[in-house]
Amino acid sequence: MQATRMISGRAIPWGAKNIDTDIIIPAKWLKTVSRDGLGKGAFESVRAVPGNIFDAAENQGAPILLAGDNFGCGSSREHAAWAMLDMGLQAVIAPSFSDIFSGNAFKNGVLAVTLDEAQIARLMAVAGDGATITIDLENQVVTSDRQDRFAFAIDPFRKMCLMQGLDEIALTLAEETAISAHEARQTHDAPWLVPSQI
Amino acid sequence: MSKPRTLYEKIWDAHVVARRDDGTCLIFIDRHLVHEVTSPQAFAGLAANGRRVRRPDLTLAVPDHNLPTTPRVDAAGHPIPIKDAESAAQLAALEANTQAFGVPYIGAHDVRQGIVHVVGPEQGFTLPGTTLVCGDSHTAAHGALGALAFGIGTSEVEHVLATQTLWLAPAKTMAVVVDGQLAAGVTAKDVILHIIGRIGTAGGTGHVIEFMGSTIRNMGMEERLTISNMAIEGGARAGLIAPDDVTFAYLRGRPMAPKGAAWDAAVRHWQSLPSDADAVFDKRVDIAAADIAPSVTWGTSPEDVVPITGHVPAPESFADPAKQDAARASLAYMGLNPGTAMQDIAIENIFIGSCTNSRIEDLRAAAAILRGRHKAANVRWAIVVPGSGLVKAAAEAEGLDRIFIEAGFEWREPGCSACLGMNPDKVPAGERCASTSNRNFVGRQGPGSRTHLLSPAMAAAAAVTGKLTDVRELL
Repeated sequence: MQATRMISGRAIPWGAKNIDTDIIIPAKWLKTVSRDGLGKGAFESVRAVPGNIFDAAENQGAPILLAGDNFGCGSSREHAAWAMLDMGLQAVIAPSFSDIFSGNAFKNGVLAVTLDEAQIARLMAVAGDGATITIDLENQVVTSDRQDRFAFAIDPFRKMCLMQGLDEIALTLAEETAISAHEARQTHDAPWLVPSQI
Repeated sequence: MSKPRTLYEKIWDAHVVARRDDGTCLIFIDRHLVHEVTSPQAFAGLAANGRRVRRPDLTLAVPDHNLPTTPRVDAAGHPIPIKDAESAAQLAALEANTQAFGVPYIGAHDVRQGIVHVVGPEQGFTLPGTTLVCGDSHTAAHGALGALAFGIGTSEVEHVLATQTLWLAPAKTMAVVVDGQLAAGVTAKDVILHIIGRIGTAGGTGHVIEFMGSTIRNMGMEERLTISNMAIEGGARAGLIAPDDVTFAYLRGRPMAPKGAAWDAAVRHWQSLPSDADAVFDKRVDIAAADIAPSVTWGTSPEDVVPITGHVPAPESFADPAKQDAARASLAYMGLNPGTAMQDIAIENIFIGSCTNSRIEDLRAAAAILRGRHKAANVRWAIVVPGSGLVKAAAEAEGLDRIFIEAGFEWREPGCSACLGMNPDKVPAGERCASTSNRNFVGRQGPGSRTHLLSPAMAAAAAVTGKLTDVRELL
């Protein structure tokens, strides 16, 4: 994972609710064995409409997306986070996220920042007016160059991993003793848990 | 006296390997199902870091999403190559990765191949009280057997392959209690669609839903799998149903399930799992079975549910302005006008399949409606895709394939198929599909496709009349 501390730039004032991961990246793009190059399929059905918000000149290269409730619902495809990163989006600010998307975003260093609806409505207004929005992870605050300052909460462990760009698997492998102890206990108490092999 | 616990809390507590100060726990994973779409990058990550699969014996790989459902061998019995180069490459990667890492693999030409969520229970790989994950959100299905089962992303797939664990924050608990007897023609699919219509697609976010009540207790295992499968459509990463004699009878003798004395020990453990009578849930929703009608979706979210006797709603009928906007966009995409009777909506395509509704009882329910009938002239394409090769064989042994074929359906090979159209099975732009799958999202069954979710019996009824139809008129 890349270390992420500060994301600053334009925000795309989309605001749509219940955006499912089929919208973020349709299934036909999932036939890949790589994490790269998925940006061209990102938000395909939205971008098929002329005049859509993602292809507006002022939103090119914007690192932040403003969205509505329940962002990333539906399919568990991590390709959604990969596609967003590949098109340059490094953060989503929304009132709520699906559980699976929020985990996938975190694993890829995409910030999923939860603010309340009124705060997002304000950011939508200033972003539409060309404001620069900044997400400061260390201080857990979203600011704009229009005097806005909104604090957000984040799981302390996730924050540490994001800021240091830690390899979570390496961290977990350091728990080897505890994992082996669990396995030994399981073998003793419930040997039937190991499936008969096919 | 220890604190009363829910089924979820009992499974959680038994799997904690380590605990952080903030309550996040390292949870041991007992079962890992792997398919071709969400695993290649995970295996590549292992290889790049010189890591191995920690517990191949707890892992099972099956291809399902990409496989064409047309015949897989020619007249001479030779495998037919897959035309789509990207699909072929992804399928080949799964086979190569499972060989390289020593993971048990059921291949495309094995009669046991099928949709991972059909194969897991069918093989007895899924067991009560276990933690089970897969890189697929419909992993929630396995909760029907009392397993804590949920979908994960590819980074988590890699994490489980490498460590057999996941770092998880405890979920909240939600009880959805359905009581009473279902009316004739009302199935498990109608129950779960009704529930999602009630709680909304974010109703269970952050929660594990335990489905309870006499209606659920009286269901067979396959009906329970349909219910728990769609917990994710209600926002819950996992669904759960307490294991009972129905569960044990279903599992006994399955190939990967415990045998002999081990079976007896397992059952004794499983009997201790149901939620304690005085266990506390964070949220509770009560539903009367008598209020549930055969149900169907009108929009592009699984919460857009109405009884088949109902009408396309007016966007203004929703209190939330954002939902009004979403409804307007849905109706434009679906080509529907407010006030149209659901039963006046003509259908060109029928899909009976998916991890929600492709088991033998689903096929029996559809065949019961289709027996001696034929699809309407305006139904251009009607396919049945059994959930596994074993389901297909069982259906053929009962003669169900003949009923479908005589009714004008195509009888296909197993896989995910038109549920998400990663293989060649797609619904054309602008056309409608009466589908027994789980998602009616924009473009889900193909770009521009219009999906109406319903039960297998209702899909069969729509095939017969060429429009959405109350199956009770054909019983």
